[in-house]
Amino acid sequence: MWRRDPFPPPRRRGGTRARPRVDTGVDPGEMDETVEFVAAPDPMQRTNISKPSGPSFSGRNRRDGWVLVFPALLLILAMGVYPLLYSLFLAFHQWDLQTPATPFIGLDNFRAALNDDRLWSALKNTWVIVIVGICFEFIIGLGLALLLVDLPRLKRFVVPIFILPVMMVPIVVGLTWRMLWDNQYGAINHVLRMIFGDGLNIIWLGQTNTAIIAMIITQIWQWTPFMFVVLLAAISAVSPDLYEAAALDGANFWNTLKDITLPSIRHIIAVAILFRGLDAFKIFDLVYIFTQGSPGTTTETASWYIYRLGFQFFRMGYASAISYLILIMLSIVATIYVAAFIREGGKA
Amino acid sequence: MRADVAEAQMAQAATIARDAPIAHRSARRKRPFLSILRYSTLLIAAIFFLFPIFWIVVMSFKLPSDYLTRPPVWIPNEPTLNHYRTVMETKGWAALENSVVIATSATALSLIAGTLAAYSLARLNTGGKHFAFWLLSQRMMPPVVLIVPYFLMLIDIGEHVSFLGLDQRGSLIAIYTVFNLPFIIWLMRSYFDGVPLELEESAMVDGSTRIGVFLKIALPLALPGLIATGTFAFIFSWTEFLFAVVLTRTNAVTLPVAIAGFSGSQGSNWGQASALAVVATAPIFVLSLLVQRHFVRGLTLGAVRG
Repeated sequence: MWRRDPFPPPRRRGGTRARPRVDTGVDPGEMDETVEFVAAPDPMQRTNISKPSGPSFSGRNRRDGWVLVFPALLLILAMGVYPLLYSLFLAFHQWDLQTPATPFIGLDNFRAALNDDRLWSALKNTWVIVIVGICFEFIIGLGLALLLVDLPRLKRFVVPIFILPVMMVPIVVGLTWRMLWDNQYGAINHVLRMIFGDGLNIIWLGQTNTAIIAMIITQIWQWTPFMFVVLLAAISAVSPDLYEAAALDGANFWNTLKDITLPSIRHIIAVAILFRGLDAFKIFDLVYIFTQGSPGTTTETASWYIYRLGFQFFRMGYASAISYLILIMLSIVATIYVAAFIREGGKA
Repeated sequence: MRADVAEAQMAQAATIARDAPIAHRSARRKRPFLSILRYSTLLIAAIFFLFPIFWIVVMSFKLPSDYLTRPPVWIPNEPTLNHYRTVMETKGWAALENSVVIATSATALSLIAGTLAAYSLARLNTGGKHFAFWLLSQRMMPPVVLIVPYFLMLIDIGEHVSFLGLDQRGSLIAIYTVFNLPFIIWLMRSYFDGVPLELEESAMVDGSTRIGVFLKIALPLALPGLIATGTFAFIFSWTEFLFAVVLTRTNAVTLPVAIAGFSGSQGSNWGQASALAVVATAPIFVLSLLVQRHFVRGLTLGAVRG
């Protein structure tokens, strides 16, 4: 129905090198030819270009511009910026919902957080889930994309099937896999029993390590298709000339992958991993459904621990301080990541 | 850019695109063993991705005697609709209504505010590059950071404006609207970039107002983008769990919260939980199929312009 943008975007002047084209991975025959890569989290690249501005009554334009932005800006200030500042205020207070007094305690919350073993354990779990999960998502996604990329007819049929997990409601994914992992009636133990004999009884969600593994596999199930679709689109867009030249030179599959495919899509890989990483770090739903942090508090994640602090112990100030520490940590990691893999990746 | 030039470019690019798979294919010679391996791997992957969905759909039609057994029954002996009936009567209809009202309102509000802002950013370059990036960065934040201040704010606001208090639909609508805004602005801006400036300029010269140009020219041409971003906003609002579970209790409970309410039960309520899960998932599947083309672009906030 809406096959493509009605018009291609204007050529970007002063942009970086020419970027490869991408299709949606759905239908190579009709793919959107207007596409270009844009370093998404790096909007400098696309906005530092002098835009063709309309008729030059720029004072009026500026006023019009802010009038149009106003509703969105007001909402973001009221429900995005203000709560964040409020949270910073809370972080410097001992703000327990049960006690009426809320004294200013300076950096005490932050100091307590640094010595909080439960926080470190939650952070460790979160990073393990994020890193291990994304590694597998990337490898499996890349493998499937490579298997499908030169089968255009099958691709059209298979992509809509593979993409289904991404479209599931996360809490439904949690519930579904909660039933699959069940040690008594779950399908996973059932299949394992068929292989390893009836005595097998893995209590997946009742032990720390297996519960973490279960969360990772569940995440892999839901998000590998995302990697797959993005990588498939990127690989389909690599110029066929490169492959022809490689074939003439007698390059084998691995050489082609290492020297042509991966370098050509390096930029997209970096962006996709960043998005998945930021998203995976929020993991909350699976903990809620699978273990609620048990046994003990060993399967807690960062989001879950903050939720617990705030709404089980009602330690609003402390929860806010930890939120801020995590926000700072994520900003630093993301900044380093962007500098290392995305901004530089554009050149080289 | 003139339309015929654009068309010629499109045609050229389309030719390149069509040839691409052929070139890929010729790069590798066909070997029967490898292609058997390839197809069986794809088959295994398809089973892996589909099986859990199959499992929960079938579960919703199974009697407890079929799912509380060892080994589990794969296909129900007597398919039943009882779970749907029970769960919808007890809490399903209320949750469905809440979800529909909240997700629809949040989508509509965020589309209105977001499209206006996106147009302003794309055409009038409002606030410059730093402003645009700041808007997007609002989306990068882990939502859990805001959960404590939201909770306390809603307690305070609720005393004055009852529909924006705790356990009210209004407050979830407001929150989801704000969470949808950054990516709507970001995506719609890239769609507006694709609308040729010349059309708008000539309309301005003919005496149209800025808002008239926006409504009559830019918006219709960016309609595909509007539908795609709207779908993403709806899906986010429909599936969100963290805010919903903290900020609602009985009155404004949405489908994900209602489903999560079954998580404590050791198997006995799996049928009902699955039935509600199917009810919650079906609309998303349908919507996503409709906008599949825009999936890559939406998922990566326009990183891959697909």
